[in-house]
Amino acid sequence: MNSRLQQFLPWFVLGLLALFPLVESTFYMQLLTKMLIMGIFAMSLDLLVGYTGLVSFGHAAYFGLAGYALALMTPKYEAVSLWWSLPAAIGVCALFALITGMLVLRTRGIYFIMVTLAFAQMLFFVFHDTKLGGGSDGAYIYVKPALKLGDFDLANLEKPEQFYWLALFLMAATYLLLHRVLGSSFGRALLGIKVNEHRMRALGFPVFRYQLASFTLSGALAGIAGYLAAVQYGFVNPEILSWHQSGAVLMMVILGGMGTLYGSVIGACVFVLLQEVLSNQAWFGVAAKHWQLAMGIFIILVALYLPQGLAGLAQKFRSKPVTEVADE
Amino acid sequence: MDFAFFLIQLLNGLQYGLLLFLVASGLTLVFGIMGIINLAHGSFYMVGAYLAWSLASLTGSLTAAILLAIPLTVVLGMALERLLFRHLYQRDHLYQVLLTYGLILVFEELRSLIWGDDVHGVAVPALLNASIPLTENLSYPVYRLAISGVCLLLAAALYFLIQKTRLGMMIRAGASNRDMVQSLGIDIKLIYTLVFALGIALAAFAGMINAPLSSVFPNMGSQVLIICFVVVVIGGIGSVKGAMAASLMIGLAETFGQVLVPEVAGMIVYVLMAMVLVWRPEGLFGRS
Amino acid sequence: MSDNTVSGESILRIRGLTKRFGGLVAVSNVSLDLHVGEVHVVIGPNGAGKTTLTNLLSGDLPPTSGEVMFEDRNIAGCTSDHISRLGIGRSYQKTNIFLPFTVFENCRLAAQSRTPHALRVFQPAEGYAEINRRAEEAMAAAGLSHRAGRVAATLSHGEQRQLEIAMCLATQPRVLLLDEPLAGMGPHESQRMVELIKKLTADHAIMLIEHDMDAVFALAHRLTVMVNGEVLESGTPAEVRSSPAVQLAYLGGEELLHD
Repeated sequence: MNSRLQQFLPWFVLGLLALFPLVESTFYMQLLTKMLIMGIFAMSLDLLVGYTGLVSFGHAAYFGLAGYALALMTPKYEAVSLWWSLPAAIGVCALFALITGMLVLRTRGIYFIMVTLAFAQMLFFVFHDTKLGGGSDGAYIYVKPALKLGDFDLANLEKPEQFYWLALFLMAATYLLLHRVLGSSFGRALLGIKVNEHRMRALGFPVFRYQLASFTLSGALAGIAGYLAAVQYGFVNPEILSWHQSGAVLMMVILGGMGTLYGSVIGACVFVLLQEVLSNQAWFGVAAKHWQLAMGIFIILVALYLPQGLAGLAQKFRSKPVTEVADE
Repeated sequence: MDFAFFLIQLLNGLQYGLLLFLVASGLTLVFGIMGIINLAHGSFYMVGAYLAWSLASLTGSLTAAILLAIPLTVVLGMALERLLFRHLYQRDHLYQVLLTYGLILVFEELRSLIWGDDVHGVAVPALLNASIPLTENLSYPVYRLAISGVCLLLAAALYFLIQKTRLGMMIRAGASNRDMVQSLGIDIKLIYTLVFALGIALAAFAGMINAPLSSVFPNMGSQVLIICFVVVVIGGIGSVKGAMAASLMIGLAETFGQVLVPEVAGMIVYVLMAMVLVWRPEGLFGRS
Repeated sequence: MSDNTVSGESILRIRGLTKRFGGLVAVSNVSLDLHVGEVHVVIGPNGAGKTTLTNLLSGDLPPTSGEVMFEDRNIAGCTSDHISRLGIGRSYQKTNIFLPFTVFENCRLAAQSRTPHALRVFQPAEGYAEINRRAEEAMAAAGLSHRAGRVAATLSHGEQRQLEIAMCLATQPRVLLLDEPLAGMGPHESQRMVELIKKLTADHAIMLIEHDMDAVFALAHRLTVMVNGEVLESGTPAEVRSSPAVQLAYLGGEELLHD
């Protein structure tokens, strides 16, 4: 499709999404909200996997950490202000990412996969075995954060459509941010590191610093998703830090197509939708309880036959000639 | 802590470490020869345990169950290699991670469908159901000593395989190099199938013999897998020697940790890993 | 054979550089000097340690012992990115470019390495005129301007070798370590590469590893022969040719020096 249309399309989609609450279904709106939140989560991982070439199997650590941060910041029956609790949650994630990044970035490849998994598990055990966040029972967030300007309520997050708009806004903001960053010289350097780390170092780039910056940003953005998810469920427990969560988000990135931001969002939507469909008891009865079996098979098939993801599939239909000016 | 108590913890720690070694060596072998990271490795540990339990319930004897289960897991391993893992050899680790993650989900659900979600105990074989007295009041279970003994035997067999055979030579050279293997005049497809089957059979066997001590329960696979990863990171991937050193270290650290500092015992393993990452990121015996 | 005169002061002084891999000594006690305005060619049979030596100088490998003095600083053991930033550029024997990127992007990225403020994260990468200019200059010097928009993977082997050099040039080094730049090139392309290196000589100190003897003698101001990790002989081409040690090492003195 020509580039004029390509530029216009995201805004069009955004507009459509913004109008969605006019469809009077709370259920679908909440489902779509979940998709938007997972879209943020997936984009944050795509920065790391698709653009920097670092495969992390512990990304749920930041997702969960933000949720727990919110739970711990929220007083028992009062609302906490979103203005400072969201940045605080992001800050906690960024700090944790910075510290673990300095350790895990000393490894590569398969080691990196294993140590990122291990650190996420460590965090899982911290929340599971100690009383910090209510142990294995988890903690409730009885009152959702408040978004006030002085005494005036900017939004009431208890209302599904207003929460939906917040999620949509944050997803669009994350997308724009990443789009700018990845088009910058910093982003090009990350891609260079993914394609040929050795040469980047030989050219004089302090590779470690770039990777650490990417790792930290990635963790911080995942924190936005984790915060929103915790607000939506009103509940956190150690499962949000589990490797099932890490595996799921990795799947979303690959399903959508690594290295394309919009692909990650699409992958997230498809994955959430699939999960919803497979576990629908009305359609599948008893089998719905074991929906993970079908999901597992689906994941195996994607790994074997759809390595470029859905975005890659779409590219095949466009089939650009090889000599066209392209730098990705 | 008096001496007898210390001795018991020491023996427990060593036994746990040796068991970890069994599982970790399977993982590191598969990676060393074929370059595949298998997240579902822990699932085979679980499969072994559940097979042992269900066959023991059927036959009334754990020993018989294990003798039946071993060939079953070998066949399972060969089948999976032929059907699935064969397609992963030249692929990026990313896809191996994804595929084996999907496999974990499949295994968990199949286990749930076939054997249910309850926790089950497994009886120790009658022959080994005794204790050796250490002091007036304390005695040590023979079965635990038997496990340690079997693990040591297998470790010795692995040592022989690694040090004294041509296949072992390839492992030591870190060969995931098909041409090199083929130049030894062996059918590479067969080698890969057998090595993979051996790798997961080790994990499954560990699950089988440990079943009386740990019971069989749904999450046992993922629990052991994460620890295995830490073992491999600390020991150095592809190094069986490293796997032994790291397994023993972790076995002892966890066991003593649980009696001395139970609140933070779960974290000890990760602190050790972090220390190794700072000091020697390629692992204690890894190649830099 | 050219009549190259030696000039300029020594910018890189290598003293007693050694690299051991366990029991194997790959490079043993190598000493040589590089001067601005000079091409110092290192020759020797395969496995003589030439590429290892280059790796030691570029920081791709840490030495076991020895010194590398660059402007009064010992850079032996520094990392490759540090050494690159100091002004020592290196091209690889096995083409080491960014295959999925265009020729221009390869050079742009290389040029970007010199500007720390390029860490600005919100401005589009193409928006830096200075970096773009340097990339274009490097492409022009290597004769690749007409290929700017092509994806590197689609270039011919010779063009890829040219890109290899262009990337090196885009980092504006003072010292160039070129590892077999002519490898796999046809006669026409080789000629072009030799002329390029000749043009670069005036402002750079160049260490060149090559097997193509015509190129070696067209370019060399100094010549070092390495065998088994050691320096067999070092000096002007005339001195090296007439050295008895060199002639002894090769049957009748013919094999090495008369291709």
